[in-house]
Amino acid sequence: MIKAEQKPIDELLKFLDPYNKILLSGCGACVTVCHAGGEKEVELLASGLRMARQKIEKKIEVLEATPTRQCEPEFALELTESIKKVEAVLSIACGVGVQTLVRHFPQIAIFPGVNTTFLGETITHGVWEERCQACGNCVLEKTGGICPISRCAKQLLNGPCGGSSKGKCEIKKEADCAWQLIYDRLKTLNQLYKMEEIIPAKRWGVESRDSGLRRIVREDLKV
Amino acid sequence: MSAFDPKIVAFCCDQSGYPAADMVGTLKLKLPKNVEIVRVPCAGRIETIYLLKALEKGADGVLVFACHEENCQFLRGNLRAKGRLSYAHRLLEKIGLEKERLEICNLATNNGVKLADTIRQKAEQLKKMGPNPSAEKT
Repeated sequence: MIKAEQKPIDELLKFLDPYNKILLSGCGACVTVCHAGGEKEVELLASGLRMARQKIEKKIEVLEATPTRQCEPEFALELTESIKKVEAVLSIACGVGVQTLVRHFPQIAIFPGVNTTFLGETITHGVWEERCQACGNCVLEKTGGICPISRCAKQLLNGPCGGSSKGKCEIKKEADCAWQLIYDRLKTLNQLYKMEEIIPAKRWGVESRDSGLRRIVREDLKV
Repeated sequence: MSAFDPKIVAFCCDQSGYPAADMVGTLKLKLPKNVEIVRVPCAGRIETIYLLKALEKGADGVLVFACHEENCQFLRGNLRAKGRLSYAHRLLEKIGLEKERLEICNLATNNGVKLADTIRQKAEQLKKMGPNPSAEKT
């Protein structure tokens, strides 16, 4: 799922300085799971913003909402009536959610309240780690299910670099070397022969972000 | 000039803080004016928003009376409360409010004297700090 972290409240207060009535909108999907922008975080941030502004005697009214998924038009449009009542919107959904609101409500200022960080997995309560970079052509079948694109600092496709030491990465000492993990996994699966198969260089400019905006069209689903 | 009596909200765990508060009554110990005891089944039941709302709606200080660490009937309730306080502390610091307005105190059922002392000390500390500037004006 998408992982995000809340922006520091002092940064948000700067965005909102000119406004006295705002809508704070969270999202009931990914950012709820990573505790960055769900219903609870909306309540906490709204309370923090009100107290901060009360302290400087510049009261702010904060309406609160948490659509089920802010990145889906039918849920984003539930905010229509609330948006009519406010001067600006602070969205603590991911960057996709913010832009969905921008597309549907072009007449109002919309600010991001979180930094969308990565696609990741919950390791334990309060710890999330990157697992996917949406590269556009999955290689997990060749690497025992461990992603060298998101987990190797150098995105190497054919074995570790010389900096792999005692199973750890030279770039981030606390991180496991992705290729050590791949080797261990393939050994467990009795598939070490896969290490000898050459994985061709990725076509970043064709299937990935380097070719510009990506779009998926399913003609069978269009209405 | 009228004296400032800080308003304190004291969340009391039913396993420790609340029996201790009860003992304050039994022992006829004096508490400062303006103290509101809120009974909760476990300190872990106190959501972060309760702490912030108390301050936002007019409390000058908030105390959480929880069981001693490793002594929670629900195993980790007091530790959850501690974590939530630390989140609230960081938020208060960011908005320029003294984090001392929010404090946790671990005690046992028979610590009525400790509870009364803690509330008295907090009231004295809050008197020096002055009223909560972020409280909603009514």
